[in-house]
Formats: sequence, C-alpha cells, structure tokens
Amino acid sequence: MKDVHEIRLTVNGRPHELAVEARRTLADMLRHDLGYTGTHLGCEHGICGACTVLMDGVPVRACLVFGVQADGAEVRTVEGLADGEQLSDLQQAFSDHHALQCGFCTPGFLMLAEAYLAENTGVPVEEDEARELVAANLCRCTGYQGIVEAVLATARARQKP
Amino acid sequence: MNAPAAGLDGRWVGAAVPRKEDRRMLLGRGRFTGDLTRPGMLHAAFVRSPHAHALVGTIDDSAARQAPGLAGLFTAASLGHPYLLAMLERDEFVPTRMPILAGDRVRFVGEPVAMVVADDAYQAEDAAELVEVDWDPLPAAASMEAASAAGVDGPRLHDHGNCLVDLLMFDDDRLPQIFAAAKTCVSATFRSARVAALPLEGRACLAEWDDRDDQLVVHVSTQVPHQVRSGIAQALDLPERAIRVIAPDVGGGFGLKCVVGREEVAVAAAALRLRRPVRWAEDRQENLTAAFHGHEQRYLVKAAFDEQGRILGLDAEIDCDTGAYSVFPFTCAVEPLMAATELPGVYKVPAYRARGRAIATNKAPAAPYRGVSRPQIVLVMERLMEKAAAALRLDPLQVRRVNLIGEDEFPYTGVNKITYDEGSYRESLDLAEEHVRKRAWPQERDRLRRQGRRAGIGYACFSERTAYGTPTMSLRRMRMTPGYDTALVRMDPTGEVIVTTGTCGHGQGHETTFAQIVADRLGVHPDQVKLKQGDTDLASYGWGTWGSRSVVVGGGAAGRAADIVAGQLRQVAGSLLEASPADIELAGGTARVRGDDAAAIPIPELARVVHFQAHRLAEDLRYALEARATFDPPGTFANACHAAMVVIDPGTCAIRLHRYLVVEDCGVVINPVVVDGQVRGGVTQGVAAALLERVCFDAEGQPSSATLLDYLAPTAAEMCPVDVVHLQTPSRYSETGAKGMGEGGTIGAPATVLNAINDALSDTDLRFDHIPVLPHELAAVL
Repeated sequence: MKDVHEIRLTVNGRPHELAVEARRTLADMLRHDLGYTGTHLGCEHGICGACTVLMDGVPVRACLVFGVQADGAEVRTVEGLADGEQLSDLQQAFSDHHALQCGFCTPGFLMLAEAYLAENTGVPVEEDEARELVAANLCRCTGYQGIVEAVLATARARQKP
Repeated sequence: MNAPAAGLDGRWVGAAVPRKEDRRMLLGRGRFTGDLTRPGMLHAAFVRSPHAHALVGTIDDSAARQAPGLAGLFTAASLGHPYLLAMLERDEFVPTRMPILAGDRVRFVGEPVAMVVADDAYQAEDAAELVEVDWDPLPAAASMEAASAAGVDGPRLHDHGNCLVDLLMFDDDRLPQIFAAAKTCVSATFRSARVAALPLEGRACLAEWDDRDDQLVVHVSTQVPHQVRSGIAQALDLPERAIRVIAPDVGGGFGLKCVVGREEVAVAAAALRLRRPVRWAEDRQENLTAAFHGHEQRYLVKAAFDEQGRILGLDAEIDCDTGAYSVFPFTCAVEPLMAATELPGVYKVPAYRARGRAIATNKAPAAPYRGVSRPQIVLVMERLMEKAAAALRLDPLQVRRVNLIGEDEFPYTGVNKITYDEGSYRESLDLAEEHVRKRAWPQERDRLRRQGRRAGIGYACFSERTAYGTPTMSLRRMRMTPGYDTALVRMDPTGEVIVTTGTCGHGQGHETTFAQIVADRLGVHPDQVKLKQGDTDLASYGWGTWGSRSVVVGGGAAGRAADIVAGQLRQVAGSLLEASPADIELAGGTARVRGDDAAAIPIPELARVVHFQAHRLAEDLRYALEARATFDPPGTFANACHAAMVVIDPGTCAIRLHRYLVVEDCGVVINPVVVDGQVRGGVTQGVAAALLERVCFDAEGQPSSATLLDYLAPTAAEMCPVDVVHLQTPSRYSETGAKGMGEGGTIGAPATVLNAINDALSDTDLRFDHIPVLPHELAAVL
C-alpha cells in the first residue's frame, strides 16, 4: 500500500496542495508532480548540490528531503529568481562571467548563491569566501572560476548604495 | 541584456558574443531528457549483476511480475538477444558483441541482465529488486595484470582471450643500435588510473512509438544522435528511417555520451514492444559503475638522447584497460590506436616503435573520455624530457626546445606519418616561460621552500589533433568511419537564418559560435541566426560532437553553406539593383553596391522577394535561399604550453594547486569567452586526474568508488584561477581558420601537475610517474 500524505506548500509564492507518497523526495515532487523541472538531479545522494532549492529561505538538497517534509514550507526554485522575463542580477552575472556551460548544475549554484547573498547583504565578500561557498556544489564544465566571479560581482554590486 | 557588438573590424568571428544558450538555463527552462514527460509514460529500471564475472542461470521474475505498477519485464531471451557490435577492419582486432541485456554470462559489476518497466520510477526500482537471478560466479580479471596473466585456466572474458587488439604500429630496425650508441637512455613505466567522465547529468532516454510517422522517436542525452540511431537500427534490425533520435539539452558528456549505451537500446526496444513511451534516467551509482570509464593505461617506454638532449629513438609498449567490451562505434582500439599513433606529439622523433594493446578486464567498458590517450602520451613525453634533462644535467625547457618542431618546419611530417599543420610550439613555450618569470613564480616557490613547504613548478608542451575527418579516421579502419559533417543553411521570408547541423553541442556554446560564423558570411546579426542541432530527422547524417570537431567541421560546413546562400543573395540583389553580383556586399543586414550607398536593399527585403514574389526574378534566381554543404578536413593541430605551481602541505601531504597558466593556440578564436571556458573546464578535469580521481575495484572486480563521496571530483576549493593567454596561428585545413580546442585543457594538465609535484620533491630522490598522486602515497615516503 502506498503511504500517501496530503500536504500544502508554496513554490515561488504559488500555493500548491497535493497528495504525495511518504518516500517521494522533494526533488521528484517538485520536478514531476509540480512541474518545476528547473531543479536538477545530479547524484541523488546529497553531494553534487544540483538540486539545491530554498526551503523557508534556507538552501537544502532536494534529493535528501522528502516531499512531505515541505508541508507548510515556502519553497523557492530557480524558476522563481527572475522578475518575469527579466533576469535577476545574479542570473545576469552568471551569463556575464561565463559561469555556465551545459547549464545542468546552474540552478543549484544559483539557489546556493542566492541564499548566501541574502544572508550577507552589506558584508564585504572576499574571493576566498566566494570560493568556499561555491565549493559546496559540483560543476563539471566550467572549472568554477566564472561561478566564483559571478558571485563576487553580484555581492559587490549589491553592496553599492 | 546588452546587445552584443561585433569585433573592431565589424566581424562577429572573434567577438565575445554572449552565449545564446545561457538565458534558458538561467531561467530553469533548459529542457533535459529527464524533464520530458508523455501521457501514459512508463519508467525503466535495470537488474544488474552484483558479480564481476558470472554465468547467468535461471532468472526468476515471478515475484517481480506481481509488483504494483509493473508493465513489462524483459531479458536477453525475451528481446531476442540483441547486441551492439563495433567493428574494426583489421586482422589484429577481436570483435566483442556487447549484448543489450546480458544472456548467459555477465562480465562486470553493473552489467544489466533484465529491464523492468513500471508506472513510476519508484515502482520500477522496487520490481527490479524482486527479480531473482541464479548466479554462478567465475574468477574475475580485475586488472590488466590479471587479465594478461590468465592462461588457459585463468579468467578469460571472451573466447579469443583477453587481448582484443594488438597493434604494432611502427617499427624501426635501427632502434637497438640507436639505444646502444646513445649518450643516455631513459627507461620508465608510466601509469594513469581509470577515471569517470562524470557529466553532471547522467545518461537518460525517453523512447516512444509514433504511429503517424511510423517511427520510433528516441530522446537521448547524447553527443552523437546519428550514431545512436545507427546503433539502435543495427541492434533491433530496423531501417534507420524508422528511428528518429533527438538530443534535447544535454548536461555534459565529455565522451561518456559519444558512444551508444545498451540501456538506450533496451529502452527503445521496450517502447517498440509495449507501444508506450518509456523513460529511463540513470542514477549516479549506475553512472559510476555501469556506464563507461576511460584512461586506464600503462606505458613501458625507452628513449635515447644525445648530449644536447635531442631525442634519437623512442620505443613504447602501451596497454589500455578496455573493460569488458568494445564500445559502439569506436571499438576498444580507440585508446591504443590514438596512443601508438600520436605519442611523439610535438617533438621530432627520428626513430620510433610502438605497440598498442587493448586488454579486456571484468570492468565497465572504456569510452573515449575527454583527451583519449593524449593526457597519457603527453605525460609520457613530458616526463621523458624531464628525466633526460636530469640525466644530462641540462635545463628541462632547453631539452624541450631542441626537440620541438620549429615554426619554420611546418607542415611537418613525423616518424608517425602524421603531418602537423602550422602551430606555435616553441613560441608558446617561450611565452609561458616569460609569463611565469614576469609573475615571479620561481621567487614565490623559493620563498615557500624557505618557509619549509615543498613547492614546485611544472610545464608541459603539447598539441592535439582536432577535427579528425574521414581522410584521417579511415586510417583506423573502423567499419563506421566518422569525420565529415553537413550543414543546411536556409533564410526564411523575414530574413532570419536557420542552420541545421549534425554536430550536437552540450555546453560548448555552438548556438552562439555557429551563429557568429554564419552571420559574418551573410552580413546579418548573430541574433538572426538559429542553430538546429540534435535531431536526426532535421540534419543530414553527421557525427556529433567529440574530438574537438564541431566548430571546425560542423562550423566549417555551415560557413560553406552560408557562402552559397550569400552568393544567392548577391545574385538577387544584383538583379534588383541592376548591378553585377560581384559588386554586391552584404553587411549590417543590407545588400549594397560597393561604392554606391544609395543602391542598397535590406536583406529581409531580398528574402521576401525570393519567397513571395518569385515572378520578379529570372528563373534561375527563384525559390532558393538555401544551401547544403559538407566539410571533411584531414584535421588540424591546436597546441599549448601549460605551467603550474603546486604546494605540498607538510602536515597532511595534500597537494594544492597554487598557480596555473595556459598559453594556447587554437588558430582563429571564434568566441574568446567560449574558448577560455573550455580551457578552464578542461584544465580542471586534467588537474583532477592528476590529484584526485580514481575509479577503484578490489581484486574480485567489486567497485569501491560508487558514490561521489568515494569518487572525488574537484570542487572550487581544489582549484585556483587559471590564466589563459592566446596565440592565433590559423589553420589551412579549416574553413574558418579555427582549430578545435575542447580537450586541450584535460590533455595538458596531468603532465603539468605531475612535473610540478616532482619539482616540489626535487630535494629528494622521489619521482612519480603515475596519476593520480595521492596524499597517502606522499605520506608513506616523505
């Protein structure tokens, strides 16, 4: 018998109500039940960080969280970063600094950096701090240099009055 | 977004045009195979061997067939024993059939024996676990040593034994005399570990039957859509027309996806049988154990040098661990052939002998992972240069200089019968040394040493042949010989351009760089050029994206086709402006008569007339604003010199990458942003091969690196910034003057880092000739 639970959550501000099996991961629920396929699965064991989303503002690996654990939560995914068709400053910085190639890991890095930058507004961010942050996730294409630069550039731009 | 600007001379080629691909990826709107759904879609899971070598007895599927959601269960027998067969037309080659599902025998841990199809992916995995297989384990050959030592009674993977290819590529009966008479000889054994390509998106496919087109449509995360089509057609005995392979967005490949996976064929077979859509996405454990690996090689090398350090003779025995089967379509010879043919590299070697073998072991098959033997042959040659310099008490860079092919010697035909086109072999080394000096690396190294830390600087010089066309690939004698590509360029009635190619970008930015090439030829903006790729129904037969071929071969074909369309535009404009087509120039979206600014027509107006008012044109100018063209070059050599500094932590023996510099020459740079990105990403994979990555097995062939906790891919913390300096020596063999450059970073970095490690150990007698060099190995000896 399936162990199904009814849950409510918001994703990028939109309310959702659904029945989800207890064992279903948040990543699978977001991708396949709710259609937020921007969240990607790179390892399904919590190492690569491609599936990083924000749960009540905190970055989580959606492959290590069950969907039912998001009951009542506000979830943010990569689809929620832009203002309509207008890229956010962070998204634009990723393009400006060539921080993506195949783009598969990109949503995870964006959400990771988004949470970090929100927490550190007004605090100067140094290169080694940005590199340490970026070291949380895996990218196989870029060598990380562009990602570090994009995070730094966004942090610095946001500090300007 | 700022509108991109053309370069100073008004050309788009060479300009840092922002990538067209970025926007959808940043918005979370990339469309990867695992994102695709279909009504009534089923999900596949595989039952895989827990043994490295075993006979397959009874498969009891009675419990699985009762599992909730089960829609289908397939074995080799129920599928009719389909297989993939990669063929080399050489007597020294032993073909191996790679079964789509293993029948009576499994040859590595993870080999699939059954496929379960169910309503959702969780149910499919549940049902797969209920399949009971009666295994009869056999002794396994988990290493080349075990496989080579296996006699009649030892573990043999195939009827003909474990050596699948044994090629004496070159020989020279003067060699014994050269070795006997030389001032010094260097002998050494070099090894590189088995590594995984590790694209962040694993393999995935979605197959569905289309009744309207009478066709199996297979969406695959692949680098080679046409070869997937050929593979499925051959395995399932279908005409190629009856299969359409579509590659949506592909989350990295690095060679893992330039071969055909048996799971892709199995899923296609299931969709064909069930007449329902079936999707499969591999998980990371499957990817690390049951997909493809590469680069596990051993070199026994002897080289003779004179007193100036000139290399006089080179002898190499090269063994490549090819795993259980030949991969389709490249075969198990891809690594030994590359290694034996191209070992001399950038150096003038007067006498050469090389034997290359592919040894079958009870491990996952080897695919052409980024670099394909060249990271290893560069490592061999660069270590030889260092060893010769040490033996002769010469400057190692000077030893390289006396051996490098000089600028005045191109085109240079080597002892390996390869003709090297123009490059900057000495110039790139000189420039790298100059940058290292200007940046005061030697002083920094010495300062670190005085502080009690081991620090070292290493160099590597190399070239990589890119864009292998059929003139070159035919020498390998593959039954399926790759190399050409065909482009179709069309202009629509609004003046927008559609380019169709058989190459298949997956992160390299082809949508942008192809548009730059075509925009220059047609005098339009790159935003008006749309690349269509990854669809076998749209493109002529092509060979996908690998071997640093796409911009040279596919981009060259697109450039040629665009030239024909430009000619058509000039003819139409000449007709409407009453001028000679030869006097029409196309630029800035306008066709104008040279020297007469008043005589001009916007290009979209020409397109409108051709499509909607054909009657205004002479018969031979009507209807057509499209052209197809093919490019099939022999290949062209990009080259580079890398330099690195490493620092060894005295407490943990961790080797930290401290500085990295690349001087690279890929001819005409189409887009500098893309080139720098490819270099940096490639260097990162090469550094990882030198310091971190290793696919491990125990003596019974059980993999012990099945997660990303055990298989250490580099993070940002393991990398330092990589500085890139460009030289541009255009290629005569390239339509655009560009050379391929997708693999150079990965090719040069292992040798560079290994030389830096050995320099850091220069106060000891320790020298390492294998990769990766791991901290525990240093701790054991320091």
